[in-house]
Amino acid sequence: MTELLAARHVSVYRDGKTILEDVSLSIGEQDFITIIGPNGAGKSMLLKCMMGFYAPSEGTVFRRDGLKVGYVPQRLIADHTVPIRVRRFLTLRKKASAVDIERVAGETAIQDYLDQSLHVLSGGELQRVLLARALLDDPDLLVLDEPAQNLDVTGQLAFYKLIERIYAERNISILMVSHDLHLVMSSTREVVCLYHHICCSGEPHLVTRDPEFIGLFGQDMARLMAVYNHSHDHEHGHDHGHDHSQEHDHPHHDGGDSNHASHHYGHSHRDPSHVGRDRQKEQQDG
Amino acid sequence: MDDFLIRAVAAGVGVALIAGPLGCFVVWRRMAYFGDSLAHSALLGIALGLLYGININLGTVIVCTVFALLLVWLQQRRVLATDTLLGILAHAALSIGMVAISFLNNVSFDLYSYLFGDILTVRMIDLYWIFGGGAIVIGLLIVNWSALTLMTIHEDLARAEGVNTVWANILLMLLMTIVVAVSIRIVGILLITSMLIIPAATARQLVSSPESMAVCAALFGVIAVMLGISGSVELDTPSGPSIVTAAAVLFAIFSFLAAFRRRA
Repeated sequence: MTELLAARHVSVYRDGKTILEDVSLSIGEQDFITIIGPNGAGKSMLLKCMMGFYAPSEGTVFRRDGLKVGYVPQRLIADHTVPIRVRRFLTLRKKASAVDIERVAGETAIQDYLDQSLHVLSGGELQRVLLARALLDDPDLLVLDEPAQNLDVTGQLAFYKLIERIYAERNISILMVSHDLHLVMSSTREVVCLYHHICCSGEPHLVTRDPEFIGLFGQDMARLMAVYNHSHDHEHGHDHGHDHSQEHDHPHHDGGDSNHASHHYGHSHRDPSHVGRDRQKEQQDG
Repeated sequence: MDDFLIRAVAAGVGVALIAGPLGCFVVWRRMAYFGDSLAHSALLGIALGLLYGININLGTVIVCTVFALLLVWLQQRRVLATDTLLGILAHAALSIGMVAISFLNNVSFDLYSYLFGDILTVRMIDLYWIFGGGAIVIGLLIVNWSALTLMTIHEDLARAEGVNTVWANILLMLLMTIVVAVSIRIVGILLITSMLIIPAATARQLVSSPESMAVCAALFGVIAVMLGISGSVELDTPSGPSIVTAAAVLFAIFSFLAAFRRRA
């Protein structure tokens, strides 16, 4: 597997707080990795470190030479003081022919808005415009930071379907941060659960074999963290001897799937005595 | 036409041509208060220039650059909001400038002309500054146009595509210091921001692309300068305020037209 982009033992400390701790994550060709986690878990920070916006406090970020990355931010607040049409926005700093523009516009279904001003578009339309812009120079890797967070449920579903189709048709890699695992799990190949460190990762159909996981995920990530059995192999400095009676099947670390295990060095999840299911412990971690 | 009038028009047109395009960024990025503060600090530059016998344009560029870098540094510390910092820096610089000026034993020092401009005292050296500085500003704006525009629309998107946004922000500030320095003679410290904002704001009502807004803003600035200077000569009014009055009238007219058109 050729590595495109990777975080290696990345830690970020800000104002005396640990935002990321020893996170390693690797994206290879045709990977589709979705990072999930509660608010303030450091998902965006991880993405921003991997994009090179911030230098990590410790660790390194690897980026393959000549890698073309298309970046789709969380949202675009189109300011009405800036007069700009979609077509011009797409070509700011990009060399794109009219044919290229028509092609990505068709792919993302924004043909009808090309000559409209950016600030009159709806949230869903703007996200598709951002996606079109990211696709314009045929990226090897698409990085999306909660791209559907500000859309309604129908809009979210449509947007993720679109991502899924682009992934299938273009044979590119995708790294996405999302809250909506119930919407992305049909398309994503791997889920990485982040809470300052990587708690667990694996194929979504294995992770979501747990019905409680599915039921709780969308509504309340925090409750999910409490119910879903997370494993921690690092020392928290306090007693881990608590009730394991609700321990579920652990889909993400009991297989011999080295391909997926390779995505999180430093956090093997094989010690059953550290299976935590109380949220207080999670908070103490932070 | 008299020589001094030709110089006056040339200087005014030069300032309008650079203030218009740069003014678009001031409008888009809400830097009006920054521009005002920068202009206030220019008085300190004038005072230092007069005290040490250096060119006051140069003195202004130096003081304004220090001001801008000090602001960036204070912003990075994230203890106080930007408008608080600007208020502190601007009024400190203005006051220190006034104190410094009081040490000058120069009876011919005309504070009023620095505050409101005196376009009829423009000398050849001022024209060199305006057109030299203007060429730098326009050149850098054109080269960095799409990077700056993209950064204005979405900072992270620009970063993802390789724009060094920290430098781009500093670049915009430095361009504004040049505009402030060369505009003092024309409209004066208190009115510089209006030359940046009013033509750009007028242009915004007519255009649908960032480039046409820049061109229209330059154009409106030139028209305002022409109207202002002829009015100033005709009615014997101060030149700086006359130019800004003309710009404001243009803005009012196009605002009404735009509102009317939208309703129709």
